[in-house]
Amino acid sequence: MLSENHAPMAQNNPMVLRLSKAILEGRDLALWRGERLLFEGLGFTVDPGGALLLRGRNGSGKTSLLRLIAGLIPPTSGVVLWRGVSILDHEFFRRDLHYVGHRDAVKPLLTVAENVHFWSNLRGGTGTTAALDHFGLQEIADLPARFLSAGQRRRVGLARLLSSPGTLWLLDEPVAGLDEESVEALLVAIREHRASGGVVVACTHGELALENVQNLSLQEI
Amino acid sequence: MNAFFVIVRRDVTLSLRRASDTISVVLFFVLAIVLFPLGIGPELNVLSRIAAGTIWVVALLAAMLSLDRLFQVDADEGGLDLLLLAPLPLEAVVLAKCLAHWLVTGVPLILSAPILSVLLNMSLKGFPVMVLAMALATPILSLIGAVGAALTVGARRGGVLVSLLVLPLLTPVLILGASAVDLALAGLNAGPLLMLLGAMLLIAVVLCPWAAAAGLRLTIE
Amino acid sequence: MVNLHRFANPNRFMRLSARILPWASVAALLLFPAGLYLALIGSPPDYEQRETVRIMYIHVPAAWMALFSYSFMAAASAVALIWRHPLADLAAKSIAPIGACFTLICLVTGSLWGQPTWGTWWVWDARLTSVLILVFLFLGYMVLYDAFDDPQKGARAAGVLAMVGFVFVPIIKFSVDILELRTLHQGASVLKMSGPSIHETMLWPLLVMALAYVAYTTAILLVRMRSAILSARVRSLRIKRAQGESKPIVVTYRA
Repeated sequence: MLSENHAPMAQNNPMVLRLSKAILEGRDLALWRGERLLFEGLGFTVDPGGALLLRGRNGSGKTSLLRLIAGLIPPTSGVVLWRGVSILDHEFFRRDLHYVGHRDAVKPLLTVAENVHFWSNLRGGTGTTAALDHFGLQEIADLPARFLSAGQRRRVGLARLLSSPGTLWLLDEPVAGLDEESVEALLVAIREHRASGGVVVACTHGELALENVQNLSLQEI
Repeated sequence: MNAFFVIVRRDVTLSLRRASDTISVVLFFVLAIVLFPLGIGPELNVLSRIAAGTIWVVALLAAMLSLDRLFQVDADEGGLDLLLLAPLPLEAVVLAKCLAHWLVTGVPLILSAPILSVLLNMSLKGFPVMVLAMALATPILSLIGAVGAALTVGARRGGVLVSLLVLPLLTPVLILGASAVDLALAGLNAGPLLMLLGAMLLIAVVLCPWAAAAGLRLTIE
Repeated sequence: MVNLHRFANPNRFMRLSARILPWASVAALLLFPAGLYLALIGSPPDYEQRETVRIMYIHVPAAWMALFSYSFMAAASAVALIWRHPLADLAAKSIAPIGACFTLICLVTGSLWGQPTWGTWWVWDARLTSVLILVFLFLGYMVLYDAFDDPQKGARAAGVLAMVGFVFVPIIKFSVDILELRTLHQGASVLKMSGPSIHETMLWPLLVMALAYVAYTTAILLVRMRSAILSARVRSLRIKRAQGESKPIVVTYRA
């Protein structure tokens, strides 16, 4: 359908739907934070079942890029496409994604189960029990979260991923502070997620032992 | 719709579990009212003249107390990002939090106002209008307060700052409410003023979530 | 390609303002003495208030400028938020203290005028009260702008506040009108549909002073904006020199 003459134009035109099976795409992304240019001309494509690892030193903009993909901050230029449509126009994009940031979003006054259940309920999911089981939280499910250790809180944050559906997982240094068993639980969850067509984008300092990943390195400009 | 009430329920549960929010607001209300006879002198005539206005001013100040925590706590825990990414429109999230805030601070204020008016020797004639006007005004306090709270997330000295920004905007509510009670005490019809308060409430319900959501989106980093 | 608009080239603004500034300054320098002469000497004393009416020539244009400044601030904030033009942020930030000063001048001169005329330094009538609240809105804007570590966040938060306040100014004015206190203030006599009802010997000094204020505001606003841009340039250059950059210097500035 697209002749060879049209292809170069189409490549830079975000309005033209690509004939690829990439489910997540970034085109020509640039971001200024204050007076710093974090990155420019950045692009990536991720197919269903794919994983994109964002690497770089602290301050290189990994977290900002992740938040940009989530739609929390707008890019200075460029566009992120989900299923071929810009995430800014995408009505159901937010329903389709899970974001696990640096901080765990755990309310100290609620129990572990209540914490996970809140986010799952908000999104119409039903997987709270299964999620707690997977990350070994079922024994402390009724413990108020203020008694948790940092690693346990991290697991509560990660349990959200399994408690309701979401095709895109955006993880910011997910294994920081986790013991081996929990890291393994996360990797298993990620593998299952990818096997069913889900996509993972993660900021990492290198500890995620996943197969078949794309690496995107952000250098300090 | 369900998601809306999930948020309301959670925020109310959190406030009830650490009841200090509600208690401190009511306690401040009572304490500050008590200061007036101590400072101005216990002459009943004088007190009954200033009763309506004093109740309103102090209620306003009391309502300010818990505002800065409306969004800041979620932001500190990392939950604000997740609320922005919820499948609910951000305006609905803001409205849900305002409703929860009103339930735990506004309603106690409405209930304590008549009791405190007795302390200031306000005639019983003013009670019905006082309660009605407070019922209309306290939601407005929560709504406009939410705008102030949204704009000061992450600001230094957020607590005082919210009051500085919100109090000027609340002067119409104060004037209408206090005048309504004064009219009732004088035996006149306070209906038109109450209707104006109602109109303000409707405008606030529409405009404030929108402004607060815009503020949250713009100041997120 | 990075959107250059983001750190919009202020050069065009600098060139334009460099051309306008001398005219505005000269205009202010000429109009103020002319206006003051007309106000103090060239216009007649009032029938009732005699000489004290002359404060009006300072007070009334100050009130106009206060309202104009707030509207300008709200409009600039809207432009900044919608089109993200950093110069708009800078314009809003720069006019805030100017507007606050005009509002204070209005209140103080009003108070000085009120004492001999009405026998009181202050009264809670509709207009005074709403102007007082306007001061708080200006000050709140300025405080909010500086309350953040990230100046961009401050600019955006303050911008939203300016627009919310703009919606409120008529509401505040209206609600204060409801306070059925005796309004000592006279009603509108210049900005009326049927044309000014004020006598022309008083109208001219008023208009000249108003123009002087406008010229002055323009000049001061441009000076503030230019110096903000220049100091940002200096800061940029210092940072680049400290880092020993070999890349071409990208000039940015903060609102």
